[in-house]
Amino acid sequence: MAGMGRTFAQGLWRENPVFRLLLGMCPTLAVSTSVKNALGMGLATTFVLVCSNVMISALRNFIPRQVRIPGYVVVIASFVTVVDLVMHAYFFELHRSLGLFIPLIVVNCIILGRAEAFAGRNGVAVSLADGLGMGLGFTLGLSVLGSVREVLGSGSILGYPLFGPGYPPMLVMILPPGAFLTLGLLLAGMNRLEERRAIRAGEKYEPPREMDCGSCVLCKPLASLAPSPPAAQKSRNSSE
Amino acid sequence: MTLEPGTGPDGAPTEPATPVADPITPQDLIVSASPHVHAGQDVPWIMRQVLLALLPGLLVGLWFFGLGALRVLVVAIAGCLACEWACARLVKRPATLRDYSAVVTGVLLAMNLPSGCPWWLVLIGSAVAIGLGKAVYGGLGYNPFNPALVARVFLLISFPVQMTTWVVPQGPGTALDAATGATPLGAIKEAVGLGRTVAEAGAPGLRDLLLGNVGGSFGEVSALALLLGGLWLLWRGVIRWQVPVAFMAVTALVTGVAHLADPAHHASPLVHLLGGGLMLGAWFMATDMVTSPVTRRGLLIFGAGCGLLTAVIRLWGGYPEGVSFAILLMNAATPLIDRWTRPRVFGEARQLYREADAA
Repeated sequence: MAGMGRTFAQGLWRENPVFRLLLGMCPTLAVSTSVKNALGMGLATTFVLVCSNVMISALRNFIPRQVRIPGYVVVIASFVTVVDLVMHAYFFELHRSLGLFIPLIVVNCIILGRAEAFAGRNGVAVSLADGLGMGLGFTLGLSVLGSVREVLGSGSILGYPLFGPGYPPMLVMILPPGAFLTLGLLLAGMNRLEERRAIRAGEKYEPPREMDCGSCVLCKPLASLAPSPPAAQKSRNSSE
Repeated sequence: MTLEPGTGPDGAPTEPATPVADPITPQDLIVSASPHVHAGQDVPWIMRQVLLALLPGLLVGLWFFGLGALRVLVVAIAGCLACEWACARLVKRPATLRDYSAVVTGVLLAMNLPSGCPWWLVLIGSAVAIGLGKAVYGGLGYNPFNPALVARVFLLISFPVQMTTWVVPQGPGTALDAATGATPLGAIKEAVGLGRTVAEAGAPGLRDLLLGNVGGSFGEVSALALLLGGLWLLWRGVIRWQVPVAFMAVTALVTGVAHLADPAHHASPLVHLLGGGLMLGAWFMATDMVTSPVTRRGLLIFGAGCGLLTAVIRLWGGYPEGVSFAILLMNAATPLIDRWTRPRVFGEARQLYREADAA
């Protein structure tokens, strides 16, 4: 049971899909224009994630390894259809404002990623905990993003106006650039928190890989890129 | 560019709270080949030249738009300096207030705003310019986009009403709540959109466009004053001719062809050259040495791209003015242009270089 609790907590914070794994960026950026949309999208994804994790974990010894991806997609697509129809029937307004992004849950890489990386290799109970943790972590990330964007971009939260009628909404925040700006600043804030935690604990802080200048090749001189790493060289030669 | 010891491009603020001595970074050890002749240029000198060059345009703007413009200018400069200080404080780096770069950003931002815009809008703009335009990338020299233009576009998208309410120039006595009107390019776009011709739009004459007696952001109105400042920068060796010349030539060419094809619905290239923010953008913002390419060929491509995008946005886009979008888009393309136009080292075989590029 301790393992289940840890797996659950991991999805919420240490491996939060939005802020740590940077998975499922398309719905994250597209539907976080308001808290309501964010919550709806997050909970719909959580439902699909939990159900598909349980189902795939239960079937993991019956699905042949070679066809596991199509198998996973069939399972996931079935649950997405369930969510789509239920939301259409009972949450019509939300369904309409999320639009295309509900069927697109099928291709959300968090779900396929957890199926491949976790549910396909672990027991049913712990897979359920993983699905729940990851799903709620996703919902949390989306809601944080959604509340920042809704407060600044519409001057309201959950549809209730916060400021007087004189408040001019900062429209850019509910447009696509606002999504990127908010996510970037939240990620920077997360890294800052991690850094302070590491310094307090007396550890050496390392920024997430590929988020520092050392991994970016844009402004490096070409000469330093010319000798390709041995691994890449080998794979290219073998493919020829 | 001067390098501050201890702050590399990836200098994460991981230094201990009490730095005894700045550690030597690889940047400190790079020595270029001789001869070591110093041109005497450093950041404060360059920024002072830019400020001097902006003075004529600034004074014309203050003359025509009066107190409103002065208020925008003061708030923008104060806001930029305060944000610069706060950002440096946040990452525990020495504040670079004395190199005038934040002042230049503030002045450019103010010149890109309508003189009647509210003070909080100017403050948000300053925070965006310094915070999101410069500090998040590591400060002066590391920003991929021109900070003042980042702020202008942010404000234009966020507050379209306040950002397009233009005060009619009335001389130094212009009241704070002065009458508002359209910019020349805005009037033409609106008239053409309503099915009228350019002549019916009632755009101001070339003399007013040259002197600045037109509506618009308060620093962009006088083409003559801005041109004077630009030529000063060119003469002092702060900017190179490739960007402004290519920028203006391509804009004139594209709008000229459109004008010849359909003079009733497209303004003459002279109106496009002198109206809007083209002079301010081409001479002062596209030429920003941090965000433009290094080689002469690169600068020509950069300027031509700015001109083409400006003309396309003005002629067929949704906005009447496209200079700021064009410059930002070309800023984004700058690293790519630098890679294409990297000069070949003497003696280096072309073929080898291609292979290195492909790898």
